[in-house]
Amino acid sequence: MSLDFNDETFRNDFTFKNSPKAIKRFPFPFPEDSYMYSVNMEPHVPGPKGSVFEHMFDVDEHYVAEMRDRAQVLADDPLRCQSLPHMELAGWDLLELIMESKARDYPQWFELHKNGNHWHWINRPLQIEQKFTFMDPTTLPCGPMEYITRQTQGDFTLQDQRDENLWVEAGMVTTQADWSLDFDIGMNFHQWHAPVPKAHEMGVFDRALKFLLKLQHGAPVRRFNWTMTVDPLLDTSPENYPKWGPGKTTMTPETIGSRQHLRVELQTLHRLPRSNAIAFPIRCYLIRFEELVTVPKWGRRLHRVIRDIPDELATYKGFLRNKPLMVDYLAQFDDGAPTSPGFWAD
Amino acid sequence: MSVGAPKIPVVVTEVVQVNDLIKRFRFQRRDGDAMPTFSGGAHVVVEMDDHGTRRMNPYSLMSAPSDTSGYEISVRRDDVGRGGSLYMHTHVQPGMEMVLSHPVNLFPLDNRAKKHLMIAGGIGITPFVAQMAQLQAMGGRFELHYSMRSPALGAYAQVLKAHYDDRVHLYYDEEKQFIDLKNLLKGQPLGTHLYVCGPKGMIAWVRATATEMGWPALSVHSEEFLAPPVGKAFEVQLAASGKTITVAPNQSLLEAMEANGVEAPYLCRGGACGQCETEVHRCDGHIDHNDHWLTDEQKASNTKIMPCVSRFAGAALVIDR
Ligand code: FES
Repeated sequence: MSLDFNDETFRNDFTFKNSPKAIKRFPFPFPEDSYMYSVNMEPHVPGPKGSVFEHMFDVDEHYVAEMRDRAQVLADDPLRCQSLPHMELAGWDLLELIMESKARDYPQWFELHKNGNHWHWINRPLQIEQKFTFMDPTTLPCGPMEYITRQTQGDFTLQDQRDENLWVEAGMVTTQADWSLDFDIGMNFHQWHAPVPKAHEMGVFDRALKFLLKLQHGAPVRRFNWTMTVDPLLDTSPENYPKWGPGKTTMTPETIGSRQHLRVELQTLHRLPRSNAIAFPIRCYLIRFEELVTVPKWGRRLHRVIRDIPDELATYKGFLRNKPLMVDYLAQFDDGAPTSPGFWAD
Repeated sequence: MSVGAPKIPVVVTEVVQVNDLIKRFRFQRRDGDAMPTFSGGAHVVVEMDDHGTRRMNPYSLMSAPSDTSGYEISVRRDDVGRGGSLYMHTHVQPGMEMVLSHPVNLFPLDNRAKKHLMIAGGIGITPFVAQMAQLQAMGGRFELHYSMRSPALGAYAQVLKAHYDDRVHLYYDEEKQFIDLKNLLKGQPLGTHLYVCGPKGMIAWVRATATEMGWPALSVHSEEFLAPPVGKAFEVQLAASGKTITVAPNQSLLEAMEANGVEAPYLCRGGACGQCETEVHRCDGHIDHNDHWLTDEQKASNTKIMPCVSRFAGAALVIDR
């Protein structure tokens, strides 16, 4: 493996870790000292150099290891990747979007050469070279969505748009925070979001849906979500709960710094050109508490956010049980000093 | 555009007189890059500088979606309208630089359909031309029924017939040929979706007939952009920006806001998409709700207005922009 990518695991011995560079660019999700659920979408335009927003699809030091983990999840459970037949066109749209973005943004790692519909794709980190005919699925080893998302970090769902609603009808989901593609496939926007507490009363999903139905090609948007994960486990799916759920009960004041991770999802939404579907990449970033508190502002702020979060939300996010342990641990890093606005490290 | 997709600077590369009423325009990017791919049924908004008046008219894309070297639209000349189509017909020449919006599709195909049944009237043929090209490339099943006044005014009829053969059926009013809609709808396989684009009366007729015959509302699709109607000048107060503006007789409220430096959201500029919906703070008078978006109750209550097509007469109108 080249120097650009970590040799690490997200299971068994859990050797995953963030380099100082990766810590510095971590997408810390709290712009202020408290947290409220919101749909706060903003244009997904290029952000500062080196940040996770610099490019359309961020490729970082965990790339190769994450793709290896995905291949294992799929080998154990092929239903983590599904696509209803009418979504194949959206799969091609997604393949094109990702290949073009990566070849443009990371020419040292990816190349795409086109001669009409004859395409030639080179992925150096994963040592893949593929010649294929665009829009002809028989020229790829699997469907277009599966092909490209086996080479792209983050989960993906593809939403068909019809009847003034969005329908989750294809996806590659192996790094999810406790939700299931097999369960959600075929659902519309409201059914899919039903479990979020309070959000319905606030009407946030009606407004979000209205906004997304008008999402334009060429104008992607993004938002953050976050939760907590014990051990750097990418695959915290409901199907696998027996494997990861009990970990929560073994946490101690001694282990919380090294085992507790803040899990941040960078969610982006892209209108796809040929299919008029919407692609929804959900990119997961993990950071252990020990790593996070090396940025003093984040240590202070995370303490305040977790301390003040309503139990209802902590329950929904699955960390109520360990909340007191977290607050105690984080309190050591909060001297009460004011924090600067915004989420960037000082 | 308020939703953020970048505009496309283009040059006109071709202007073709298709018949007495219709001209076709081809645009390519000024920087020589490829155009964004689009899906059949999408439109672009063409910006025109009509002697100091900024006009922005939506037109369906009719070139093949796979052709990213350029976009093509067809414009029917409207001699009594506000002038956008006249401007296109009389002023736009090859070599001219113009600006297009990014394509938006408000009339997409339902990709689950087992078959696509298309009904076109007159210039309403244009979105279908792109959709058929897309379906042809993907091996989709479709059938077009295209009605027009006469062979002389039937744009693209012969080309489409030659290309798609028995999947294209032509009807000429002057020769007393009419679509036998009832029988047509009766003979369709399960899972067929019906699409209609054409004059108002035709859309209403197709929709009513389909409903009457028990077609599910969700498998019937239509697209009708209205041209913003002309009317008397009126004044509007914009509460959020603190301006009072006058809307000229041949201008829409949306255009008047833009001319006064107030950027308001839009997608279709024809009363169909809902994007420009605006809260009304006070209405002392009468709003002419010309859109297809608001419900009858909303229209009656005068609490919302669609600035792209609706007008006002009375003492005072205050809106949230
Ligand atoms: S812009 Fe579409 S309804 Fe006004």
